[in-house]
Amino acid sequence: MREEVFEKLNEIFREIFDQENLAVYDETTADEIEGWDSLEHINLITEIENVFHIKFSIKEAAGMKNVGEMADLILEHLSKTVD
Amino acid sequence: MIEELQYPFEAKRILAQKKKLKRLLLSQNINFIEKKIAVLGGSTTNDIILILEIFLLSYGIKASFYESEYNQYYQEAVFDNPKLEKFAPDLIYIHTTNRNISCFPAVEDSAETVNRLLTEEFEKFHIIWQELHERYQCPIIQNNFELPFYRLMGNKEASDIHGKINFLTRLNMQFYEYVQKNRNVYICDINYISADYGLKEWADPFYYYMYKYALNINAIPYLAFNVANIIKSLFGKNKKGFVLDLDNTLWGGVVGDDGADHIMLGPEEAEGQAYLEFQKYIREHKQLGIILSVDSKNDFENAAAGLNHPYSELKPEEFAVIKANWNTKDRNFAEIAAETNLLPESLVFVDDNQAERHIVMGQFPGVNAPKIGEVQNYIQNIDRNGFFEVTLLSSDDLKRSKMYQENAKRAQYQTAFSDYGVYLNSLEMTAAIGPFDSVYMDRIAQLTNKSNQFNLTTKRYSLEELEAAASVGSYITLYGKLEDKFGDNGVVTVVIGRVRHAVCHIELWLMSCRVLKRDMELAMMDCLVSACRQRGVTEIRGYYYPTAKNSMVQDFYALLGFQKTAEDEEGNTEWRFLIQDHYEAKNHYIRINLI
Repeated sequence: MREEVFEKLNEIFREIFDQENLAVYDETTADEIEGWDSLEHINLITEIENVFHIKFSIKEAAGMKNVGEMADLILEHLSKTVD
Repeated sequence: MIEELQYPFEAKRILAQKKKLKRLLLSQNINFIEKKIAVLGGSTTNDIILILEIFLLSYGIKASFYESEYNQYYQEAVFDNPKLEKFAPDLIYIHTTNRNISCFPAVEDSAETVNRLLTEEFEKFHIIWQELHERYQCPIIQNNFELPFYRLMGNKEASDIHGKINFLTRLNMQFYEYVQKNRNVYICDINYISADYGLKEWADPFYYYMYKYALNINAIPYLAFNVANIIKSLFGKNKKGFVLDLDNTLWGGVVGDDGADHIMLGPEEAEGQAYLEFQKYIREHKQLGIILSVDSKNDFENAAAGLNHPYSELKPEEFAVIKANWNTKDRNFAEIAAETNLLPESLVFVDDNQAERHIVMGQFPGVNAPKIGEVQNYIQNIDRNGFFEVTLLSSDDLKRSKMYQENAKRAQYQTAFSDYGVYLNSLEMTAAIGPFDSVYMDRIAQLTNKSNQFNLTTKRYSLEELEAAASVGSYITLYGKLEDKFGDNGVVTVVIGRVRHAVCHIELWLMSCRVLKRDMELAMMDCLVSACRQRGVTEIRGYYYPTAKNSMVQDFYALLGFQKTAEDEEGNTEWRFLIQDHYEAKNHYIRINLI
């Protein structure tokens, strides 16, 4: 499940940052990806919400420190929608 | 035309792929026009600009942007702003929303207090527009106000003067009254766009709390598209006509198989009613001067029988050209463009058949052929594209359909003459030619911004710049109106010359293609020479700058007797005409009224 989330995350990151070979990991942070500033973060969050059909809370959207936390939150939301 | 950017588009895909789309659009082999656009925001505008840029590129407009500091729209407009002055915008977009209302009425306020608040709010914007107009002399696009996302008093919010809905509605009305009197401000109707999108989604405050966006990020493409449509209209990129299929587009069924008596059209059953409303919608466009033509695979008699159906809103005489035959659609499309003197990309192709749409779009890059969907969605899927977005509505627009029908009569009449001169003489043409007149300014601006073919320099001017040229002594300006026995063509030609040291440099010479081969350009030359003489000008310099569309005038100055003085590798040429004491008038068929 977590792997599938990462697969989709990779696609999203590649599209948003327009870099074909981009790959993200648990510890990837905004500092490591060119163009990932606070304004592009908005687009990233929005696209993740659209792709996974979930909605982050304000606290969640503002609090993600790395891609690993992002994946955890996505999994948490997905488990809620399954219930 | 990149299909992803035609309505109905997928907004979320556009947002996610904006970098890729921009790359794609820039790699097209198109002569972009370049414009400088300042965006003054009352909330975050970052992505609005990025998406606006994409839609403008799809219209052939390459924009560079100035973005105000966050929520500094008022300060940056009203106070000295060297950065913006240096940028010298061609257009300013003020992105404000109901988040920017300084003070809404309180429920206990008196009527006077509410009125005062309303006046103060209006004045804030009034000052912005006036300052911007004085400093930058360019068109301004201003958002109106969208409805608030909660209703304190419930339904009373709409009717009571203390209600926010009531307050915003009155403020919007004051904006409209101003715009009716001042032609440099254009309203971006976010009140409509937000309702159309769904106010609840549009106003989701998550995006404001998180990122200070005053609207849902997913709605940004709809806003940006709407702004892009106003901009492309102002810069002369509107469409000019519809080319329509018949079977299953203007009526249900196939007239050749079913017979005219059995096609679906009329109020008697649901499907027929849908087609009837669609016909009415298409017909309404004639009020805007939109040219209608038919491109149908049918025997002509069958097509005519369908169009003459008792419930038909679109009888054969409503069309400039009817092509009903068994040729390919793209071939008919090309002939329609040629016969109406319109560029293929200025025509919108409406056909229920996807394969036909692809053939036509493939043959003519720049042609729009929207996915019209099912008949009940035809209107929505065409209308939301903003093909004919009205910014300047000149009185000529209202008459244009009639003019095209008159042109068809002239063409028939012409075939009766063997000698072209005899034909021209028999038209009994009269031209009114004179310096720019404020009465015709809208039409002059419109012609200046959309004429592509008979246009020597393709220089575009804003209304403000034209008014300035008309009032400054160093310019010679001329417009020409042409009338004949079949009707009035209105203002059809514009010349602007700049006088320096007894030499007149022609910055602009253009003519509407609807009066080609009538010798109107010769009449203009005669009047230009006499205007030059009055100023003591002894020499005229002409300039031809080639574009993808204006090759028809590459030898124009040679035909008028100019000498070529320079030519560069891009084909730009310069020409000289010395005004002799004995200048022989070139026009012999048009009677001139000098204004």
